[in-house]
Parts: sequence; C-alpha cells; structure tokens
Amino acid sequence: MRVGLFVTCLVDLMRPSIGFAALKLLENAGCEVVVPDTQTCCGQPAWNSGDKPGAEALAKKTIAEFEGFDYVVVPSGSCGDHIRTEYLGMFATEPEWRDRATAMAARTFELTDFLVSVLKVEAVPGSYTGSVTYHDSCTGLRSLGIKAQPRMLLAKVKGVELKEMNGCEECCGFGGTFSVKFGDVSAAIAERKCDFIHSSGARAVAGGDLGCLLNIEGKLRRMGDETTRVLHVAEILAGEA
Amino acid sequence: MEIKSMRFKANASASLANVVLQGNLKNAKGKFVTKRAEALKDLDDFEGTRDAAKAIRNKVIDNLDLWLERFERKALDTGAHVLWAKDGAEVCRLVTEIARKHGVKKVTKSKSMLSEEAGLNQALEAAGIQPVETDLGEYILQVDNNEPPSHIIAPAVHKSLDDVADLFHKVHGTPRKTEIPALTREAREVLRGHFLTAEMGLSGGNFLVAETGSVALVTNEGNGRMVTTLPKVHVVITGIEKVIPTLEDLSTLMRLLPRSATGQSISNYFSILTGVKKPEEHDGPEHLYFVLVDSGRADVIGGEFHEMLRCIRCGACMNHCPVYQTIGGHAYGWVYPGPMGSVLTPLYAGIENSIDLPHAATLCNQCGIVCPVGIPLPELLRKLREKQTDAGLRPLTERIGLRLWAWVAQQPKLYALGARFGVRYLKWLAGKSDRISLLPMAPEWTRGRDFPAPQGKTFREMYAARRKAA
Repeated sequence: MRVGLFVTCLVDLMRPSIGFAALKLLENAGCEVVVPDTQTCCGQPAWNSGDKPGAEALAKKTIAEFEGFDYVVVPSGSCGDHIRTEYLGMFATEPEWRDRATAMAARTFELTDFLVSVLKVEAVPGSYTGSVTYHDSCTGLRSLGIKAQPRMLLAKVKGVELKEMNGCEECCGFGGTFSVKFGDVSAAIAERKCDFIHSSGARAVAGGDLGCLLNIEGKLRRMGDETTRVLHVAEILAGEA
Repeated sequence: MEIKSMRFKANASASLANVVLQGNLKNAKGKFVTKRAEALKDLDDFEGTRDAAKAIRNKVIDNLDLWLERFERKALDTGAHVLWAKDGAEVCRLVTEIARKHGVKKVTKSKSMLSEEAGLNQALEAAGIQPVETDLGEYILQVDNNEPPSHIIAPAVHKSLDDVADLFHKVHGTPRKTEIPALTREAREVLRGHFLTAEMGLSGGNFLVAETGSVALVTNEGNGRMVTTLPKVHVVITGIEKVIPTLEDLSTLMRLLPRSATGQSISNYFSILTGVKKPEEHDGPEHLYFVLVDSGRADVIGGEFHEMLRCIRCGACMNHCPVYQTIGGHAYGWVYPGPMGSVLTPLYAGIENSIDLPHAATLCNQCGIVCPVGIPLPELLRKLREKQTDAGLRPLTERIGLRLWAWVAQQPKLYALGARFGVRYLKWLAGKSDRISLLPMAPEWTRGRDFPAPQGKTFREMYAARRKAA
C-alpha cells in the first residue's frame, strides 16, 4: 500500500517532529510512505479568506501531486477535511477536476482515522508516562467524525492515563486567520479552553491539529503555566513525545 | 436601526474589557446550551425532524410569492388587512398611518426584531405615539435609555440581576429590590396599566400560516396575549419569509423552535391568532393588520445565500457560538448578532457596512450543527468573505498578502526557500526561549498569548537530510 503523506504547511514550518511521528506510525503499520517534496499547502487559508482563485490553484496542485497514491494521509483534521470535503465544491464548472477531486477525496484520511478505520492497527510503537486530556478540533470532529479514533489509539499506548476535560469539544479560538484578525477575541476563547484543561487535572493536552495546539500552548504559557505539555497525538502514539 | 457593525473590532475589545459584561456572559453561557441538550432528548428523532423542518422551509422559500399570495387571500377572508412594506422606512410610515387612522396615542408591543430593524419605536415617538415594550427583556432595555437588544430571544441577557435592580430603583423610583420575582412583579404592575389603556397592540410573528391566514406567536410571559387581544387594533409585523403552508407544518416546526431556543419542549404560551373579533366573540381586536416586510429578503431568494431564509430565529447558533459567548451581542453592531447575524447583516444592511462580521467566526461549525433548519452558516460566512474579496472590499494589504502567499505556495522551490528563511527568523525571534512573546508580523497573536517557537528546521529539510543519510 503506497501512502502519500501530506505533512501540512504548519507542521513543515513549526513542528517537523509531528511529520516524522506520522511517518513512523504509517511505516510501522506496513505502509510504503512517500512524502512528495513539491507539496506546500492545501489552500485552506486562501479558501477560508475568500481567495477562490488562489484556493483553486493550490487544490489542483495538491491533487496532481497526490492522486497517484493508494491513500493520502494528513496529520490534521482541518487540512484533511479541506481535501476531502471542500475540494469537491470548488470545481462545479470543471468536470474533469471535479472527478479528480472526488476520486482523491475518497482516498484521503486524517491520520488517526486512517490508522483505526483503514489500517485497523492493533498496536502502536509509542510509550508515554502521564495523564493526557484530549482536545477535539472542530473540523475533524464535526466534519470528519474524529472522536473515538484518537482515544482508541491512545488507549493502546502503555502509560497513558486519559483524563477527559469538560468542554473537550468546544472551539479553542484558533480559527486560522481569525487568530490574527481578532487576536483578542481568539485569545479570550483560548483562555476558556485552558481553564477546562486545568480543571481536568491532566499533565498534558493532546490534539490532532497543530493550529489549535499552537494556540493552546501559547495561551497556557502566557497564563503562567510552564508545565502542562501540549502534544500532537501522533507524537505520543509514535513515542516521540 | 443604525448600523454600527463597522466598529465590530473596537466593540469586541470593549466587550472583553467590560468586567461586568464578562461576568454576565459567563453566567448565561451554560444555561441555553444545557437546556437545549436536555430538551432534545425527548425528541425521538432530531435529525429526522430537522430534515422535515428544512423541507417545509425550503418548500416555502422556493416559491415564496405563491405562498404569500395564499396567505394574503386567507388573511383577507378572515377580515384582516394585508400591507406590504419594501423597507424599514415604509414599515414606520404604514404603522404610523394605521395608528393615526385609529386615533392611537399608545402602542403596547410584544417582541418584534423587525421593529428593531425598522427603528419603529423612534418613528412612533416622533409621531407623538407612545410605544411601550412589554416583553420583560425589551421593557428593561426601553427604560434603560432605549438600549438595543443583545440577543434575539433574550434581549437583555447581557444584564445581571444587580443591573436590573439598580435600573428599576432609578426609573421606577421604588425601593431597590434584589429578588427576581419582586422585580418581575414591579414591571408587571407598571405594564398592567399600559395594557389596559393602549389603543393598539403590535406584535411580531413566529410563523404565518398560509392555510388559515393565521399568525403563530411563541412567548413565555403572557404579554403577547395582552398585546394581541386587549387593544382594538392589532398590527403584526413580520418578514415575508415567515410564511409556512399548513398547521401541520406549524406543529413540526414547533417541535424544534422552543427546544432550540430556550430548551423548552413547549413555550409557556403558544397562540395561533386568526382574523378579527367576530360578533359573537368576546376577545380579540376589531382591526387586524399584517405588515409584511421585504427589507432585503426578496433579493436573497434564488441566490447563493438562499438557505439563510430558512432561519426561524431561535438563537441556537449564537448560544453555541464561541465568539458570541465571549463578546455578547452588542459588538455585532446591528439587530441580529452571532452567526446568523453575521450572515444577515451584510445581506440586509450592506456587505460594505459590515466588513468584519463574516470574518468574526472561527468556522467551528457548532452553529451549523445545532441549527434546527440545517443552515450551513460557516459555508455562508465563507461565501460572504469571497464576495468581499471579489468586490475589493478587504484591506489592500490583506488582499496582496493572500495573493502573494497563494502564488508562492504554487512555486515549490521558492516556497521551500521562504519556509527555510521564515523558520530561522522565528527561531531567531525566540532566541533561547521556547516561545516568542512578540511577533512583529502578527502582533494580534502575541497581545494575548505567546507564540510557541518552531523546532528550527523545516520538515522538508530534515526529511531530505534523512533520505541522504540513508
């Protein structure tokens, strides 16, 4: 099985360890993983900002780079959903591209969903010591139904104690460009998320989208919390945390 | 109503800095959400009921002219008058004319968001007619210097018990009371006199039933019945999209509206009002007028925002919105706040007058999930952003920035170089620290939180190095 790994622009720039963790998890499960070196961004920021031509150009570029693989795997619910769901709506007047987008959408998966639903992994390589609470990122949760998958996988990691927080499904306030257009509102929403995290008593918070994690970590630190770890679920599963 | 949505950002910051408001918002936040979730449990099939409700609303807005004509015909048969208003100014003119014709000096009002859209109270006052708001929330706002509502079903939700205690003590000149029943009683005592002396009652309408020519009213305080039955003249003001075909359809929608709005399986009062008082009847108005208002709605029909017309004004979207919960309704700057307001305000009050609103959302889709008529609010907000960009309404720096970024992202080599440079710059900003406390290119981010430092090299660099070594 040949899997194309779309690492996402944020992981490429900010936290390559998430990309390597995803790579390890997929290879460990027996996949032949290819990381096309021309990949950049799926185009979600352009699409959500109202730049349709920019978003379409990046969608075509991504489709062309990844349509040759058996599966496309993304360590992010929102980027995964952008390829899986939003690409389909972009090409109403271009049937050829619509067909290519449709074909690829069906083979595109968020990482934890892929590990559970497609690969049906029995074991993961990681081990971890400590309590973890899980933040459900909005798009993964509400559009792709990512809820049980990361928890099922975390349950396979020796030493992880999952402590659910109240409000785990509430938005952290990131919202892509929202976080810099309305920074004050975004940070105030993040504060509420951090309060939920603190109330859970967990020593670490994990999630599946780096955007949310940067937002949460940035707010925790500004609130004076120097100890709560903020981790991508792939890092824990791969034993890279 | 005057639109102040261009000040959204400043308004939002002011809301965040308002300690009293923040406390009130925190208190209100959980209640709507928890009660709705509880109330939905006794619906056998929420999804199925929602699909049915969506189908009813679609059926109407797909052929709105037809259903409006049917409604008009039936309403005329019951002895009502049906008037059509193009915009808010025409609403004010028509209602003032009706009041003059019947020698009206005082109008009691049940809640109507459309009268807020039209600025009707100000117009009535200017014509020497006294409007009296009788919904408790609306009454509180009216006596507080005509403060605008901050929520479509709980207009004074931004106020605390203490705020109202102070206000009533001041405007009623009575000893300060701190118990809710005592405050409510005080308002009732003031309003009772108005109910008995007003010559005209004015209400909104939750639904217009085409089959019978009736208006359906959902209320919790009983004031709606006073307003619509005691005075000799009753005026109903609604948007033209509020019509539904049958009473059977009304029962379907009513399974969702109170549950979605206040978390009640049924509201305390639910009235279906049909026609004028008949000779053998004791109650009801002698004259009944429907003022059916366009105010931008007809322009939405058949376009890319068509689905918004399904809205039944329950308020669930704002109750579940992280942005609304954080800043409250006033920041949105017009009649309708929250996600539905961020779609409606640009459509009804001008896209150029509300540049920030479609962007004032994280697109978390909590609103779309709870909407009882399945309006894809995040998608509509995104389309509005697209319209703004196409019309050149976004700031030039943003447009150039987005374009440049999208262009670079299409040139892998250039992009890789840019990322390589960018990550080193960020690492340099962080220095030895694991975080950046001031991002010069995005100071909005770091005003309220830190920005975690990057690991130091891009994934693609490290991956290439690893492949080389292997």
